[in-house]
Amino acid sequence: MGETARTSGKKQEFEQTLDASDKSVAQFDHKNRNFIDATQHLLHGNPTMVPVIVLLISITVFGILAGSKFFSPFNLSLIVQQVSIIGILAAAQSLVILTAGIDLSVGAIMVLMSVIMGQLAVTLGVPAPLAILVGFVGGIAAGMLNGFLVTRIKLPPFIVTLGTWNIFFALNLWLSGAQSIRSQTLDEVAPLLKFFGESIAIGGARITYGSVLMVAIFGVLWYILNHTSWGRHVYAIGDDKEAAELSGIRTNRTLIMVYGLAGLVCAIGAWTSIGRVGSVSPQSFQEANLQSITAVVIGGISLFGGRGSIIGPLIGALIVGVFNSGLRLVGVDVLWQVFAIGWLTIIAVAIDQWIRKVSA
Amino acid sequence: MSTDKKPVLTARGIVKRYGRVTALDQADFDLYPGEVLAVIGDNGAGKSSLIKALSGAITIDDGVIELDGKPIRFSSPMEAREAGIETVYQNLALSPALSIADNMFMGRELRKPGFMGKYFGALDHREMQRLAREKLTDLGLMTIQNINQAIETLSGGQRQGVAVARAAAFGSRVVIMDEPTAALGVKESRRVLELIEDVKSRGMPIVLISHNMPHVFEVADRIHVHRLGKRLCTINPNDYSMSDAVAFMTGAMEPPETSEAAQ
Repeated sequence: MGETARTSGKKQEFEQTLDASDKSVAQFDHKNRNFIDATQHLLHGNPTMVPVIVLLISITVFGILAGSKFFSPFNLSLIVQQVSIIGILAAAQSLVILTAGIDLSVGAIMVLMSVIMGQLAVTLGVPAPLAILVGFVGGIAAGMLNGFLVTRIKLPPFIVTLGTWNIFFALNLWLSGAQSIRSQTLDEVAPLLKFFGESIAIGGARITYGSVLMVAIFGVLWYILNHTSWGRHVYAIGDDKEAAELSGIRTNRTLIMVYGLAGLVCAIGAWTSIGRVGSVSPQSFQEANLQSITAVVIGGISLFGGRGSIIGPLIGALIVGVFNSGLRLVGVDVLWQVFAIGWLTIIAVAIDQWIRKVSA
Repeated sequence: MSTDKKPVLTARGIVKRYGRVTALDQADFDLYPGEVLAVIGDNGAGKSSLIKALSGAITIDDGVIELDGKPIRFSSPMEAREAGIETVYQNLALSPALSIADNMFMGRELRKPGFMGKYFGALDHREMQRLAREKLTDLGLMTIQNINQAIETLSGGQRQGVAVARAAAFGSRVVIMDEPTAALGVKESRRVLELIEDVKSRGMPIVLISHNMPHVFEVADRIHVHRLGKRLCTINPNDYSMSDAVAFMTGAMEPPETSEAAQ
């Protein structure tokens, strides 16, 4: 052994002992793991499992406690209806959080765009489809402004969107004169704006178009994130921006598109919200940005970027809806609903931290 | 090496300045087909700048770089990659939360054939997984059980293996490796050196930047000594000792006059 190593003239003396050592370094085999390790690995591979389990448990528990009141098709469809707006905003929020950013302006973009749609259609008499289209373009522009400030001026997303949140809110008050557009006015002038408030009845369930739209948005985003190059790039950027750059991804361009798409989803949420609320209300959804972050976090998307499935926030929004509905039906005070959601958020982030410490 | 072969990649008189600092001062470079060329030099000698110039990470101020005799000018790493020059960066440039297959095809994903791929940009996950498995098998990393395993669940050596496999799979002309063993233990380094030999045996020329003299002398066919922003000399590892190489690098010894011609 030593003889051949010396005659080859390449191997150093101190390396000869290595010949006798274990060479199975770069093997990708699995060691036996105990239960906790196995759980950690399972969750690492499927971060959406936690919210799914929480949703199933909470449905079961409230189903037992509140019985048929909870399980009625009407109540279940009502829960979906109630979370549809926060759900849509959570979808937009997820895109940004996946890139390791955060968007505090999602709610403000949505309300501003609903005001723009309403004012154009009602006050200026613009045809409703055109008013909606302008709202969509405005949503994209508002999102891209965030993206531009984050990538080109290189400001932290938290600060950028904290600023634009206030800016969009002020614009909203200015454009609307802090006045709501009433439901009857919309019915007369632009009923199309209330389209997503309409519903179809299946059995006792009342499924609004808005609920269907929310699920559809998640479906489309799921496809984009998992089955297109652009979607994989979004994950890569959130995971390690520098590595993504070296892999040839145009990270800044992708980031601006992410914020723009989030803005568009918010604008779609604006149209939906008019139907849900029944009017255009500049004072509504003031905490929607924080609620959307809650849904995203409970849904198992990591605030540190690059991890989690877009389906998670849909589950997260539903969990919040189930808790609120279940606790109300059981007769618990509203403050305990808020209390419960608060703990759920903290536990969700703690689990995320634990999952990320997974080792080989 | 052979004298009659034409170099794959050459640089002549390349200059790179950062403000008042000249990182590359009329530097030359030659890489021949099928060889492992080690680039050594003291810190600040301009090795990184040389490699960045060759891999498209920086644009040079003056001089010419030729690939297969054709002048090239890269303004991004993407362009270098498209020309067939792959780089394994020291930090590996892998996305830890994404799978092995995702990482191998990052930035050049394959789309499904047909309607879905063309109009909806649908990715061909199955084909990418198959190719990723195939490439890793080629390099003897075949014990991978799950190609969808996240990079962060792999050891340092395994990650290096994935990065090397990615470069070898897509580098059609040249593979550049920047300090591939720097972050690894003795045993893992050994595996990576074997990988370098594997890639070389498939006819791919490799540029190896390393501080580790034993590793350089083990795998290199020729050694390019970089000093003060330019190529000092190119030596054959069989003719010189490691101490000689270090002496050239640090300026303690004059370079052999015939070294340039002896290529």
